[in-house]
Amino acid sequence: MKIEISGKRVHNEFARSVESISEQNLFGCYQCGNCTAGCPVSFAMDLGPHQVIRFTLLGLEPEVLDSNTPWICASCLQCTSRCPKGLDIARIMEAVRTVVLRKKERLDHINVEDLTDEIIDRTPQIAFISGFRKFLS
Amino acid sequence: MDYLYFPGCTLYTKAKNLDVAARECAKLMGFELRELPNWTCCGATFPLTTDNIMALLPPSRILGTAMKEGGDLTTLCSVCFNVLRRTSHLLKSDPEKREKIFDFIEMEYRDGLRVPHYLEILRDEIGFESLKEKVKRDLKGLKVAPYYGCLLLRPSEEMEFDDKESPTIIESFLDSIGCEPVDFPYKIECCGSFQSVGAPDVAIDCGHAILRSAVKNGAEAVVSTCPLCQFNLDTKQKDIKEKYSDFKTLPVLYFSQLMGISFDLPTDTLGFERNDMDPRPLLEGKGLL
Repeated sequence: MKIEISGKRVHNEFARSVESISEQNLFGCYQCGNCTAGCPVSFAMDLGPHQVIRFTLLGLEPEVLDSNTPWICASCLQCTSRCPKGLDIARIMEAVRTVVLRKKERLDHINVEDLTDEIIDRTPQIAFISGFRKFLS
Repeated sequence: MDYLYFPGCTLYTKAKNLDVAARECAKLMGFELRELPNWTCCGATFPLTTDNIMALLPPSRILGTAMKEGGDLTTLCSVCFNVLRRTSHLLKSDPEKREKIFDFIEMEYRDGLRVPHYLEILRDEIGFESLKEKVKRDLKGLKVAPYYGCLLLRPSEEMEFDDKESPTIIESFLDSIGCEPVDFPYKIECCGSFQSVGAPDVAIDCGHAILRSAVKNGAEAVVSTCPLCQFNLDTKQKDIKEKYSDFKTLPVLYFSQLMGISFDLPTDTLGFERNDMDPRPLLEGKGLL
């Protein structure tokens, strides 16, 4: 993937809104990759959580928002638990999701109509409630 | 020594097999679980955005009701436990948010409400040694993998439940009812959680990795504490088997069901018909049913 870095975009409005929603300092990350190494679902992500942090800091909004990473994150907090710099990475992922979900047009990441009667019947309601809270505008 | 009890939505319906045995066993251990009046859904996720006050209202209202009733509030579901414990921590440590929330819900905040998990009551109030003495039937020879998942443990600074990397509370519990705990490297890994709704294929792989590791380390069954983990590890085994044909299925039980067996509760209170991977053949084979 070709990435263009520009001084004009570093720590831009997108980066600052992620920082503000998560109350985390993205400059604190020194890219050790512990979060990505411990993440139980990183195998399915196109960017590691550490890359999401760096890309966000560099102001690469389209690259971050096109990535599936925040939507694969299960908020298990293993990354947060193991970050040697004390960053709450799960909060950063939630902030990226929130930037998308709070946009003017509706950008749901679950299609409720796809949930068949069979799925609804067998799945515990806590899965729906937490899933909807994470993925619906 | 009675406790207010918050069952939560799922324990009232799809996870009755976690609820019923736990209530019955509590009586036999000498404490009552008095159901919290007028409880609602806890919200099922602790909001990770610092400006989302709205999501804190349901758990705050639940805690506020418990404060009014007096006494400590216990729960069984890991999701509810995580939400209530984290909200309780936030209310203690952030006076500004506390005031805003309690003004809005029009309730009075009272200091000192504790939110122990049922397992913590066993460990800290009853004591595992004394639990051992109360056990009527030893589950000797049953090799069980203790599965913790995420929500009991993390974030450890707020949950203060057990060691975040090497917890032991479930092993101690299994010891006290005579089971043989099987150590395995996936005991604190995530089951895929709500991704069973968002990205089901990812959740299947999480469940597969955990269960395969438990089997490889010699487990005959897995024990869980959470209806969402139970769903991803038990109900979804059919889907795991479909994707990985060499996968060896095994029963997944709630800790309260194992405790129910050890207290000799009538089998019809244990709700085995709700476990998708039927544990009865294994338990009958061991002479435990």
